[in-house]
This record gives sequence, structure tokens and C-alpha cells, in this order.
Amino acid sequence: MSANTHLLKGATLPDGTVADILLEAGRIVSTEPRTAAPAGAVVVDAAGLVALPGLVDLHTHLREPGFEQSETVLTGTRAAAAGGFTAVFAMANTLPVADTAGVVEQVQALGRDAGYATVRPIGAVTVGLAGERLSEIGAMAHSRAAVRVFSDDGKCVHDSLLMRRALEYVKTFDGVIAQHAQDPRLTENAQMNEGALSSELGLKGWPAVAEESIIARDVLLAEHVGARLHICHLSTAGSVDVVRWAKARGIAVTAEATPHHLLLTEELVRSYDARYKVNPPLRRDEDVLALREGVADGTIDIIATDHAPHPRESKECEWDAASFGMVGLESALPVVQTALVDTGLVGWADVARLLSQKPAEIGRLNDHSHAFEPGSPANVVLVDPASSSVFGLDRLHGRSGNTPYEGVTLSGSVRWTFHEGFATLRDGELAPVGEAAVR
Amino acid sequence: MRHLLSTKDLTRDEAVRILDLAEDMAAVQTREVKKLPALRGRTVVNLFFEDSTRTRISFEAAAKRLSADVINFAAKGSSVSKGESLKDTAQTLAAMGADGVVIRHSASGAPQVLAQSDWIDAGVVNAGDGTHEHPTQALLDAFTMRRRLHGAASRGKALDGVKVVIVGDILHSRVARSNLWLLRTLGAEVTFVAPATLVPVGVGSWPVEVEFDLDAALARIRPDVLMMLRIQSERMNAAFFPSAREYAREWGLDDERLVALGPDSMVMHPGPMNRGLEISAGAADSPQSTVLEQVANGVSIRMAVLYLLLSGEREALS
Repeated sequence: MSANTHLLKGATLPDGTVADILLEAGRIVSTEPRTAAPAGAVVVDAAGLVALPGLVDLHTHLREPGFEQSETVLTGTRAAAAGGFTAVFAMANTLPVADTAGVVEQVQALGRDAGYATVRPIGAVTVGLAGERLSEIGAMAHSRAAVRVFSDDGKCVHDSLLMRRALEYVKTFDGVIAQHAQDPRLTENAQMNEGALSSELGLKGWPAVAEESIIARDVLLAEHVGARLHICHLSTAGSVDVVRWAKARGIAVTAEATPHHLLLTEELVRSYDARYKVNPPLRRDEDVLALREGVADGTIDIIATDHAPHPRESKECEWDAASFGMVGLESALPVVQTALVDTGLVGWADVARLLSQKPAEIGRLNDHSHAFEPGSPANVVLVDPASSSVFGLDRLHGRSGNTPYEGVTLSGSVRWTFHEGFATLRDGELAPVGEAAVR
Repeated sequence: MRHLLSTKDLTRDEAVRILDLAEDMAAVQTREVKKLPALRGRTVVNLFFEDSTRTRISFEAAAKRLSADVINFAAKGSSVSKGESLKDTAQTLAAMGADGVVIRHSASGAPQVLAQSDWIDAGVVNAGDGTHEHPTQALLDAFTMRRRLHGAASRGKALDGVKVVIVGDILHSRVARSNLWLLRTLGAEVTFVAPATLVPVGVGSWPVEVEFDLDAALARIRPDVLMMLRIQSERMNAAFFPSAREYAREWGLDDERLVALGPDSMVMHPGPMNRGLEISAGAADSPQSTVLEQVANGVSIRMAVLYLLLSGEREALS
């Protein structure tokens, strides 16, 4: 279909070379300079824009089924497309929980029908996220959703024996456990990072050790049973140290950081404004700097959003009563540019690795990310790195507005997103719902 | 002054001004007619999400003695889980024309959330929020100390060099926090004494000394003021200390410690007391005890605060 032939003229590839990228029939056909566009091709003036492989988010809460007042697969994948994502891994804490083949197949089908991004469901490690017995991991792995990532995210798999078994069992299916590292006893009713500020504000503390001790246990378990382990949303300097140590030891651990933990600190909690309430909580300056260093030196493998939509009433209330979580798909790339690229810590090739190639590899999302070789799938995002603007609610396209960045000046903006050759975002405008659905 | 949310926000001049104004209010309390017309036609709502009869009736007496109309609103339970949200409650009160809201809430920061929202335009007084602050308690404590130390010559004075030891469950105490900030602002020296489990994390960066041993602290500091905090029995179940008996033995003010303290030191307690646990009956009823003065002074302080927030003078301090 000719409308799905695009020539991206003069785009800057992650390695800095300038290319004319021809997308045709869902593939990258060539990146050679060309003087004329093929007949019927849409020509995009990409001069000054950085081209990245379509972004892959290993940690998204799409909320459907069960919490459709917060987000649906459709609205969440529209937000994803607006943020430059072409694939999202949907967390399992839905209602019902994604702990059976039926639920994961439903979520995957909703994503396919919406047409904005590839949706790969994550399966729950334990039935109902209850932490008591393994869910039907094999059935989910062999379902049409082909689940490879398993997580009880929102809750920690805290039982040591159960965690050991889960790590071992998913090896059978080339799967990975994505651990939400949080000792539940050390964080009962916890509200914010534990330290002098939580003591001053009278909010119950979430101590760093509650994260670090679980990570330390789990890397040792992974080593012992020879399994892959992925750690969700690292938030403390100590966690970076533990993962760095584990990698030096040769343990097959990968780690993620969220954009908000790379930019924001606990000082924001002074306002008692629940938009800043998130789990794990915002930490200290030292932690933010350690996370950035961890990203720069490769200790942290990927950046994932932990996009967590909540309705207004869950945030317009006293801190203790508010829900944990922030939306993050549309702001992810601007925050990464602001916190990491503009500060000189990483380059665009690193961004491509952190937000596309590596998360796809961890999630066994084959034939999605790439390095712009001809024949690669036409999952491409064009970013304008020169722009800088005050982030506003008008930038959000999901169902919820719980962003912590309203009024914050962020660098960069996503202009175009191509998913399997189809332009889901067109110079900042989302493709119409009907058009995305029928392609 | 628009709201009173925290003693941390108060300057020394503002704090002394409130204490001085409370002296004026206390003088009114000695008259036969204890009422002033200052807030006639104004409506004060006591919005209590947490039971506290003592604090509520103190604010109620204060508002009534200033001729304000008082509405008591007992909204038990937290917002989202049980019934109406803070936002809806606030908008309801706004619609009824509340000029001032005195709020007690189990969630730290709830008064600040109310004050910075556009749900209601009223002046907000924090009457205790979670484990955060209880500013009028700290003000009445400072007022009580100043009166005991300076009597009729209290006006204009701060608490420079006064040595205050606060003993007990610092971790969960909004009284300890509000007292620390206010006492430091007024020039006093503060020491917390508690088992290590009941000392807040990060207290090293606060302007306070911390001791674990009560006897050692009393011997070393020779405090002018010994403030005993209420200990909640449920803390035992959460492994903060092994038993009430052990707590009383190590950190309670018993009769021997009262003797060691000497007759010139004040013994304070914000109430309600657990006699025999954190304070012995002998200490509670001793001449050094200021417990009932604290209650009486509470009304004067709350009159001063409501007057500053709600009368025509409310801009003067801001």
C-alpha cells in the first residue's frame, strides 16, 4: 500500500551518519542517499531529526482488563505511539490478573486490533500475584501471546523458595523473571524514601535496604540456579552497586531504571502533592546521580517507563490515600534526553540500545528492534533533539493525566513514529483510531 | 498569617507575637465575662478525621470565646477507602461559608493539601496531622514554659538557652517535631531521649541531640523542662520495645527520677497520660507538673491563632 511507503529524507542515524531511510511494505528497504522518492511515497523532511529504532518499553501498565477508567490497551498504545514506542510489555497486575493463557491472549489481541504498537503481555509469576504458588507459566509461554517475561510487578516475589523455583522454571521457556524488588515487611504502609525528609514530613519510610537486600538475594539465587534475572526500576545507589558486583561476577542479571528516577528527587514530596507518589519512591540526589552513572557505564541495561495511569481522584487527595504511580510514555524520551544526552552521559546510539535494542532482547521480542540494516522491520521513530519546551498535559494521549512533569522544561520531542511501516505518529499528530485499526 | 500548618514556617518574631497575643487572650480568661467579639459573624469548622475530644473542645472553646460560630464536623475514616473524599468535604464546607477550618487528620500533610488546593478559600489550622506536626500544641508548650520561667514578665521574651528534654516515642510524635522546630526558633536547646527504635531515621541532620539513656541525659543536661510523650501500647506489637514494663523502667518518669530531676525543672505532658507507663502518678501530680496549665494555655494559644488567621489583622503577620 503506497500510503505505507515513506522516505525519511536526511535523518541522522544513531551513529551520526545522515541517511535517507526508505520504508516500504513494513520493512526498511534502504538507507542510501537518493535523489528521487519512489512513486506514491510520502516524503518526510527529516533534516535535523534523529532516527532511532522504534522504542520498546519493557514495563508498561495498560490497566486493561479491569481498570479501564485509568487506561485501556487502545489509549495506552496511543500514548506509546506518541512517545515513540512501537512495542510495550504490558504488566500483569490487571483484573483478572494476567496469570492464564486466556488473559494474556486477550491483551495481545486488543493490542493487535488497536494497531498502534506491538503489545507483548507479561505473565504473572504467581497466581493472582499472591506470592503463594506459580501461575501457569508454561501455558502462557506457549499461548498465542508467547509470553517470555514474567513478573508480579507491584508486588515482590518475596518468598525465597518460590523465587528460586520461578527462576528455574522459566528457563524451560527461555523466559525471564522481572523482579519488583521490595521487601514487604520492611515497607509496610511505606509512603516515600526513608531518610531525614520522610522523618520531617511524617511519612512512613521506604528504606533503600528493602530494595537492595532483595536484589542481593536474587542475583545470588540466579547465579545458583543459572537463570536469567531482570530487576525492575532500580532506584537506589546501593542497588546499582549490587548489580555492578553481580555483573562483574558473571551473573546473568539485567537491570532497568525509569526516567523519573533519573531526573526527580524526594524533595518534590515536600509539597505533599500526590503526583510525586510512586513506587519505588523518588530518592535522593546521590541516588539519581548513581543511577545515571549506572546507565552510562552499562550496569543498568535499559530504561523502562513504569507508565502507571491513575484516575484523578486517586491523586487529588491526601498523600497516604493516593495511589502510587506516574504516567511516563510520552515524557520518557524527553526526560532521557534531558537527564542523560544533554548532560553528555550517553549518545544517541546508547539511547537506541537502552530504549529499543536491549529491552527487545531481554523480552525476546524478535524481529522488532534493529540497527537500520536494510530488511529490518520498519519500526522507526524520528526525534527533534533541538526542541525544548515546557511539558504540559496537552502532550498526554492516554486516559490519565498523572504526570510529574507538568510545567517542567524538557528537551526533545518525538515527531514521527512508524510501527511496521505504518505512521502511528505524523509530525506530532496521532494516526486516527479507525485508520490504525484497519491497517 | 494565612494558615498555620507547621511551626517550621514560623519566624522568631511571628512566634513571639503569637505567644504575646496569647497572653492577652489569657488575661481575658480571668475576667468574669470571658468572651471577646472579635470573630462575630465568622464561622470556624472543626474538621476532625481522627478522634480527639481534648483538642476539639479546646479549639471549640477558643473559637466561641472569640464569638465565632463553630461547626463540629467529625469525618471519621480515611477518604478514599471510607466514604467522602477530602476534596468533597472541603468543597462542602466552602459552600457553607466556612471562614476557618481546624483540621485533624491521620494522614501527614492533609492540612497542607487542603490549604494549597483551590477547593476552599478558608484559613487552615493544622490541629495535628499524622506523624507530621501539631503546631498549636508546640505553641502552648512554649507559652507554658515561658510563663513558668518569666511569669508576668513573659511578654516579648523567647526561650533562649532553655534546656528541654523530650522523652518517648519521637518516631511517631507530631508533638516532638513541632516542639523541636519551634523551640529551636525560640533559642532553646533540645534533646530527644528514646530507645533507638523510636528515633526517626536521619535525625542526625536535625538541630537536636539524641540520647538513648534517660538517666544519663538527666544527669548530664540538668534540663529546665522534661517533656514526656504518650506511648501507644500498640507499638509493642510492632517490636519497637519488648514490654510496657521494660519501657517504664528504662524511659518512664518514675518517682526516683522525679527526685533526681530536682524541684526547679518543669514536667510536661501533652496528654492524655498513661499513668504508670511513661509517667508516674507522683510525677503527674507534682508541683513541677504543668499538665493542667498546658490545657488552660491551649485555649489561649488557639484563641490567638484563630484571631490572627480570621480577624481583620490576618494580613499583619504575613
